[in-house]
Formats: sequence, structure tokens, C-alpha cells
Amino acid sequence: MNIHEFQAKQLFKDYKIPVPHSLVVDSAERAAEATSELAGDSWVIKAQVHAGGRGKVGGVKFAKTPEEASSCAKQMLGKSLVTKQTGSAGLPINSVLIEQTYPIKREFYLSLLVDRHSERLCFISSIAGGMDIEAVAAETPEKITTLFLDPAAGLQGHHCRQVAFSLNLQGDQIKSLSKLMQGMVQLFLDKDASQIEINPLVETEMGDLFALDAKINFDDNAIALHKDIVELRDLRQEDEKENIAKQFDLNYITLEGNIGCMVNGAGLAMATMDLVKLKGGIPANFLDVGGGTTIEKVTEAFKLIVSDKNVKAVLVNIFGGIVQCDVIAQGIIGALEQVKTDLPVIVRLEGAHAEEGRALLHNVAPNIIPAEDLDHAAETAVKLAGVGA
Amino acid sequence: MSILINKETKVICQGFTGKQGTFHAKHALAYGTQLVGGVTPGRGGEEHLGLPVFNTVIDAVAATEATASVIYVPPFFAADAILEALAAGIKLIVCITEGIPVLQMLKVKAAMASTDALLIGPNCPGIITPDACKIGIMPGSIHQAGSIGIVSRSGTLTYEAVHQTTLAGLGQSTCVGIGGDPIHGMTFIDVISRFQADDATQGIIMVGEIGGSEEEEAAEYIKAHVTKPVVAYITGLTVPAGKRMGHAGAIVTGGKGTAIGKVSALEAAGVTVVNSPSLMGEAMKNALLTV
Repeated sequence: MNIHEFQAKQLFKDYKIPVPHSLVVDSAERAAEATSELAGDSWVIKAQVHAGGRGKVGGVKFAKTPEEASSCAKQMLGKSLVTKQTGSAGLPINSVLIEQTYPIKREFYLSLLVDRHSERLCFISSIAGGMDIEAVAAETPEKITTLFLDPAAGLQGHHCRQVAFSLNLQGDQIKSLSKLMQGMVQLFLDKDASQIEINPLVETEMGDLFALDAKINFDDNAIALHKDIVELRDLRQEDEKENIAKQFDLNYITLEGNIGCMVNGAGLAMATMDLVKLKGGIPANFLDVGGGTTIEKVTEAFKLIVSDKNVKAVLVNIFGGIVQCDVIAQGIIGALEQVKTDLPVIVRLEGAHAEEGRALLHNVAPNIIPAEDLDHAAETAVKLAGVGA
Repeated sequence: MSILINKETKVICQGFTGKQGTFHAKHALAYGTQLVGGVTPGRGGEEHLGLPVFNTVIDAVAATEATASVIYVPPFFAADAILEALAAGIKLIVCITEGIPVLQMLKVKAAMASTDALLIGPNCPGIITPDACKIGIMPGSIHQAGSIGIVSRSGTLTYEAVHQTTLAGLGQSTCVGIGGDPIHGMTFIDVISRFQADDATQGIIMVGEIGGSEEEEAAEYIKAHVTKPVVAYITGLTVPAGKRMGHAGAIVTGGKGTAIGKVSALEAAGVTVVNSPSLMGEAMKNALLTV
């Protein structure tokens, strides 16, 4: 789960990670007021959306007067921001963060995440902050320091010193950085984060360290353990269909093609998408209906798929195991009676009782097309989606 | 022969009296698995499906001499269940549960590092040696005793590989679902090395997916140590970066763990990589013919 920058910065404050003075507002009037409530003589106005890359597309602006701050906020609020991390529709800007500015001397990168190879928490830091860390890693790997925390010993002084010296910090700055890193680890462990990223971490002309940006992702598997984090969820920043799917225990992800996919199992669902692409089509979604497929789930899955107006054909790919194919075929027929659709529905059934299942689907409706095998199913779906387009 | 489990393997079930535990224990018994009892805290002394229920794994091991355990407890209790099995001396722990918090799995893996116990999963279908022992949620009926070892990060794609090798008349020696979570137990290398050493296994099918680097590491291992033919299929070619597709571990981050990278690493290691999940059985048959 993602949260907004202003929410992440509040969590940072709770864990003594220094952040600039700021206020979050949802109107142009409040933006002007906020500048007088914050000290200083210039401010940065930042669009609050669940995506990075805001600066390049007008989501971060600077103001020297309350009027400018107000006008910047007005330009952003109520609009959608399209960055390289959002889809083509962008994400709605419902609030902006007004933040005091500081004379910045240097910008660093610091993040904490779970490294799946070493199975440990891992700090990544770089003297080249404020840029795309993946580009830094690719072009100048010597500017990146990576260190792993022993699960029993945790964060030690030497870890902090190693990062501090790699960033050429001195004196009290080393202590400040140690506190900041301790705060990050504690926050990570307390709230089951999956990543905490500060990009940039800045050194001001006065020598202070601040988290100028803040990004926290949480482990979806653990989110139910943290009511306070669940409350930070902003559904407006999430895909509506994906959220409906969650209510029915379906795993759905919106994509941008025209072939709807309904599959049991995450691996088979990805494989089905790949096969659609291989045959020259583009999948409209990822959808895993799960192992214990029921008529209700199949019906809700169909509703979701056909609610996407781009969909021109539906490809159903089920490998019957414990739940047998004839039961699933009945589910599909029942679902299609409820969800009236003329879209071609290509059904591939394999595994337990597959033949019985295919027989049930034969001649039920002209738009239900039982496929002989998976390749044939994908080919047919691509062909029919093309005809309908 | 087979790897990890056989007809003699004694298995207990943690979360035995729950809905999932009961359902799959019935299927395991019907398949002929030597399921010798189960654990549900507070229900020790009862009988369930004709088998004894114990309060703790230690009690169950003492009474039954089980060496394997299958875990069907809910996600927030599953890490504890794995650690309980470990503490009781279980040698093969199979965790089916999906949704265990990552930080809890880090603790589990740290605790297991100093032991010789093996963990399969979590978030996996389990392990089966056809006609001998089924530990997990896979449909027994599609399997056939034979010569192909299958290892996979995905449940339903394992079934595809099983089905195709059955139709091709090859059958399976043992099938291991290593699970879709980023932090998990046995890796591709752990399983493939055992298949290489197993006389009953003549060919190996591996099913990988985007995320992490285990397929790339397996490719290195295969190049250096595996003489049996290996067929691989990798999913997730069309998944946009940063999107998590069902499996918590199936995500491309920082340009790493892409399907293309995995496919080229495996091809460079001499593995036959198929581009459709429906070609795994056929490719294996052809690979065996050219040995």
C-alpha cells in the first residue's frame, strides 16, 4: 500500500526523522494562509499524488509570495497529474503540501528495503541524490553504498558511520544521520514497511539534514495488523476496479489492452497475458479468481471484465484441479446469464473433468466459444477482439 | 526413487481441524499419504478424520515419529507454526499459507539458517511424489509416476506441466511448488540439485516468473552442474514494471528480475526455454530424445 508524501512526513516526524516545516491544504485560499503560518520567505508547493516524477510535469512549484503560492495551488488542485509512473489518465490532485524552503548545499539518496537475495533489511545510500537512483546505479555504481543488517544484531553504529563517511558528513552530522537511520529502521519494523525512500536527503548551508521528500510503501500482507496505516489509505489514488475486486477476494489489475482475461492462479494468469501478447493481442487486465472458484466469484469477475469498455473479447483459462471443470463450466453459464454480454467469450478448460466441462459449454450461446487448447484459445481471442475493434 | 518424500514419509498437519486442513487432509489420506496425525492447540486428545490431534508439534512428533509437516494455518499465525515445527525437529516443513508478512518470514529464515530443516513455500501448492506421498493442495488425479522432476513458483502452472508430462507418457518423479513469495524456503537450486542426484529423474522442468534473481542463479548452477535436460518456462513478459501480479514475489523493481533477463540467462546455460505454457511437455519429450 502507498501513502502520500505528507502522511509519510508525519510518520517521519513521529520517528524523529527531520523534515521541513510544512502544511497540507486542499484549497488555494488555505495555501496562501499556510505561507504565513510557516516562517520563511519562499515555499515549495507539491502535488500530493501516489506517484513519483512530479517535478518534471508541473507537480512541484516554487512561490515567493502568498499570492504565488495560492495561484500555484489553484493550478494543481482538482487536476490530474500524469507522470511517468501513472497511467495515461493520471492521478487526481486533491491536496497540496506547502513547505518551507532551505538553502540547500548537497542532495543525497537514502532508502531502506527488504533485500530478497540476502533476506535482510538493506540500506542503500548515494552521494548523488535527487535523481533516479536506478540511473545512478547503472551509470555510476561507485556512488552507491549498500549495507545489510544482521537480523539479530540490527542497526549498529558502524553502519551509520559507513553511510555518513561515504556522504562526506562531519562532526554532529554523523550523529544526526545515525538518529535518522535509527528512526527509519524503527518505523520500518513497527509498521511493516516494504520500502522507505528519502530522495533527496538534503544538507542545508547551515549543515542540517532534512528529508526533503518521503516515500513509504507498506507490506500488503501485514497491513491488517496496522489500523493506523489502513486509515491513511486514499482510495481516490487507487484503481476503482482493483478495489472492487478486492471486496470479492479477486486479484485484479487494470491494464490497457482489449482482451479481458479470467484465469485461476496467479502464474497461469500471467502466462495467459503473455500468450495473448505472443499471439499479437494486448491483455486488458490481470485477473486471478483463485483456487476455490465459485459461481459468485466467476460472476463478479465477469462483471468487472465487461465493465471495461475497451474489452472486445474475454478469454477464460481455467485449469481444473480440486474444483472440477464441469462445476466451473456451470459457473460460467450462470455468470453469463446474469451478466448479459454479446462479447465473444473464449473458454479453455483443462484438468479434472475438462471434457464434461467443454460438453456443457457446447451450443449454450453463440458467443461462448469452447477452445481446444490454450494456444488456440489465445489465437481465437486475439482474432475476435480484432474483428470487434 | 524420488526426492524429499516417498511412501515411508510420515506427515502431520498443522491447522488440522480447520476448514482447509480438514479438506486437504482428506484428499491426502485418499491419495495414500502417510498422514499420521495433526496439531490444533487446545484440541489435543481428540480424534479427527480417524487420526490423533495434538496440542503441540512436539507432542505429535513424540507420538508419531513424523518427519514432515504441512501447514494450513492463517497468515498471521503461520510464521509461528513454521518455527514450532522447526523447534520440534521436523525435517521437511511445507507451508501452504499465502499472505505471511515479509518481516515475519525474515525472522523464520534467520532461525532456519543454523538448522538442516527444509522449508517448502510459503504460498505454494506443496510437494508430491506420484503414487507415494502428496503433501499439499495439488489435485492428485492429474499426476502419474514417472521420470520428470518439476519445480515451480506457481501452482496452476505446475499443474499445466504435470498434465502435459502425463499426457506425453513421461510422468513425474517429484513435483515441488517453491511458492510465489519473495522470502521463501527451498530455491530452484535446492530442488534442481536434488533432481540431478535422483536416479528416477531423467529430465527437469522449471517454471519461473518475474521478480528476484533465483532463475538467473539456477541458470549458473545448471550450466556448471546439471547434465539432465532442463526445460524452462518464464511468465511475466507483459507485466509493467512495479506492478505486483498476484504473487507477492512477482514484481520487477529497479529494472531487475525481468522475464527477458531470466530467459536469456537460462538459454545461455543450455536450457530449452519455451515461450508458451502449453509447450512444456512436448519440449521435454523432444529434449529427452536428443540426449
